[in-house]
Amino acid sequence: MKHFMNQLQPKASEPSSVSRRDFVRVSLVLGGGLMITVAGCGPNGEELADGPSGGTSLSPNAFVRIDPQGRVTVISKHLEMGQGAYTGLATIIAEELDADWSSVSVVGAGASDTLYGNSTIGGMQGTGGSSAIANSYDQHRKAGATARAMLIAAAAKQWKVNARELTTEPGVVIHAASERRAPYGTLVSAAAAMPVPATVPLKGPKNFRYIGKSKGTPRVDGVAKGNGTAIFTQDVKLPGMLTALVAHAPLFGATVKSFDATQSKAVQGVIDVVQIPTGVAVLADNFWAAKLGRDALVVEWDTSVANTAGSKEIMASFHALAGTKGMPIRNDGNAEQAIAGAARTVEASYEFPFLAHAAMEPLNCVVDLRKDGATVYNGNQFPTIDQAAVAKVCGLTQEQVTMETVFAGGSFGRRANPKSDYVVEAATIAKAIDGRAPVKLVWTREDDMGAGYFRPAMLHVMKGGLDKSGNAVAWWQRVIGQSMMAGTMFESKDGKDASSYEGASDHVYAIPSVFLDTHYPKVGVPVQWWRSVGHTHTAFAVEAFIDEMAQAAGTDPLAFRRELLAKDPRRLAVLNLAAKESGWGTPLPAGRARGIAVHKSFDTYVAEVAEVSLVGGTPRVHRVTCAVDCGIVVNPDIVRAQMESAIAFGLSAALYGKIDIEGGRVVSNNFDRYRVLRQREMPTVDVHIVPSTEKPTGVGEPGTPPIAPAVANALLALTGKPTRSLPFVG
Amino acid sequence: MATILINGQSREVAADPSTPLLWVIRDIVGLTGTKFGCGIAQCGACTVHLDGVPVRACSTLLSSVGSKAVTTIEGVAASDAQVVQQAWIEQQVPQCGYCQSGQIMSAVALLEQKPSPTDADIDAAMQGNVCRCGTYLRIRAAIHRAAEMKRASA
Ligand code: FES
Ligand code: FES
Repeated sequence: MKHFMNQLQPKASEPSSVSRRDFVRVSLVLGGGLMITVAGCGPNGEELADGPSGGTSLSPNAFVRIDPQGRVTVISKHLEMGQGAYTGLATIIAEELDADWSSVSVVGAGASDTLYGNSTIGGMQGTGGSSAIANSYDQHRKAGATARAMLIAAAAKQWKVNARELTTEPGVVIHAASERRAPYGTLVSAAAAMPVPATVPLKGPKNFRYIGKSKGTPRVDGVAKGNGTAIFTQDVKLPGMLTALVAHAPLFGATVKSFDATQSKAVQGVIDVVQIPTGVAVLADNFWAAKLGRDALVVEWDTSVANTAGSKEIMASFHALAGTKGMPIRNDGNAEQAIAGAARTVEASYEFPFLAHAAMEPLNCVVDLRKDGATVYNGNQFPTIDQAAVAKVCGLTQEQVTMETVFAGGSFGRRANPKSDYVVEAATIAKAIDGRAPVKLVWTREDDMGAGYFRPAMLHVMKGGLDKSGNAVAWWQRVIGQSMMAGTMFESKDGKDASSYEGASDHVYAIPSVFLDTHYPKVGVPVQWWRSVGHTHTAFAVEAFIDEMAQAAGTDPLAFRRELLAKDPRRLAVLNLAAKESGWGTPLPAGRARGIAVHKSFDTYVAEVAEVSLVGGTPRVHRVTCAVDCGIVVNPDIVRAQMESAIAFGLSAALYGKIDIEGGRVVSNNFDRYRVLRQREMPTVDVHIVPSTEKPTGVGEPGTPPIAPAVANALLALTGKPTRSLPFVG
Repeated sequence: MATILINGQSREVAADPSTPLLWVIRDIVGLTGTKFGCGIAQCGACTVHLDGVPVRACSTLLSSVGSKAVTTIEGVAASDAQVVQQAWIEQQVPQCGYCQSGQIMSAVALLEQKPSPTDADIDAAMQGNVCRCGTYLRIRAAIHRAAEMKRASA
């Protein structure tokens, strides 16, 4: 990766003299793993035999390559967008390969469902659902162990000894009896000639050197991300490349009626102005010229079928559905009857706004379209979906489209768009200028936040019943909000969208009567998954309502949960651990209270306790105690980092996150009006990891769902009043 | 044609004086470590130093730079920033990394001014640098650590 980045990194003093095609070839050769896609061959064995500096490399499978210098390149099928996938996947391979961590680097894989499919999403290549480690653990252990076995076999042959007499230490094969040692690099060419073993032994966990250890495997991208050399899509530079900005419609669903580009074309540096289905694109030789060119455009929009509803009207329309029967999802016992007969009832409705992903890197995509194919440079979260979409736009076969994956400056789900929205836009512009130059589409922050694909606005209507002794006897829930899957390849035939109710319909609180149904009103605002998908709102509804029921029962919310979770030991364990470590039940300074929430998402269990006070009527979160059970832990420090990150992300939304739409226009389209969490508002976070031998599950998302209800529950404890509308501030 | 002093080198730049410094740095000088995040001085991703003072390059016009020395993340390592970058690695701060050039530029300037910053100093100096990955706790820890290392070597 380092070489690839050096190649892409523009030099301040010497303008590049490489031609466009040379550039692509040079960077691909240096980039190693990137060779796979351009050469049009699979990375199995010989076809990839030539390493960067000559000689034969060992490439026993699609995930690891070792060159004669002993450098280990891990080919990541998952996008690195901050979550630590590159480091985690490399840790697994390095463990079984017994690699020296300092010799390991990682490159992004090309697009291939066959080689790089993700078993948690039906075999499609993609990064999402907190699945990178979960779907790669066994596969990558085997990949690393295979390479190690071939190195050992090569040494055994050279030394004429039995392979069983050989051991390894990081980067070296050892024959203890004869005190011989061979660095991996020296064995690579002989190992490449060995047959690839069908089965390989794996290490026992007690022999792990890297997996589960806090030190020893620092992030592979840590240095480049601290000195400005890490390459994001925004930084990709190709000879002759033009920057494109698009004048997008002011309302969702509006189209271009007419436009006048006279003033725009007069701006120095503007090269072309073209109409595309999503607006009018201005191409210039740099960003600022494109921006001035776009500002100078005069566009008349056809708004006849556009959405003109605002977020307030949309929420009101959801309330209008609250009394109507929806699509039934869960029905245990008879909730309505049980509520009618209950000693006490509780009712609440919880409102959730539209949310922007607002990754630090606004969306962008580079498309280099040529006669015989195209290359896409992007933080590819759904590489094969995007590849097919680009092929369609450009009139190419999917194989003619090469996907180069660079770092993504965050995503939180946004770069996995089922319709490939911004990628298609970039390809459409490249096609509109007949591939005369490579095109870098850049969205400004306003484009990014104004484009929709928000976390949908949602409404949860709840009723609960308690018996005379305060036991929960009934739970009734109606979920109202847009389906994010509708109209995509992920839409289910029966019309149900699990992203509306996952984490709610399957809640495990032992209540005899539970009912849940859903409405999926059609709204003209594009929506999409956002870090932790349906759990972003279902965890809040469930966990806040449990506290409201506990309050009505006059029971401590922790005790109330323990009672109802007796049959779910892993959930109970994180709940108890977070409670204990937070000092639950011990006195706090005046004006402070604790709130607790527990939730399972993506098969990972997380409980969080938030310590909250009110400063001038505004919630201030001082400390969060987090307990997580994600099965076997590959990198404990990354688990901690992801819990901190997910808590910050969820807290940002809980306190401030809200996309306001007025008259169909997105008005909160930059950080001045879409407030996010900053340094001063970040609470202390203590993360406690439950030791486990269960199969590993993800950590990118599961820390997000519990934080908002934990804070709301602390506010309930503090003030006695429930918080039923998000965000809490403003 | 204007001349700017960037990372110790004098550069002629063919740009309109009203061009934001960010785009001069990225598209004309060709240094991409300085990032574009919001364009309206709200996120700090574009933070660079003008004569050692942190500014938001997206909202600093080329015409206002004059003879002041521009320092970007590519040029800052020559100074005490190495210690800061080392602390950043020790604390494993970066996640997606997109905000981190700006974070480090703000942190370096803070430590120049206040060799032993308090938490409140850090809050004040870093409030303008958004990190959507939420690395704030590690940024705080890394700044304290860098201060400690600077003191130890002083
Ligand atoms: S890009 Fe300059 S502050 Fe955000
Ligand atoms: S590390 Fe991703 S925005 Fe800060």
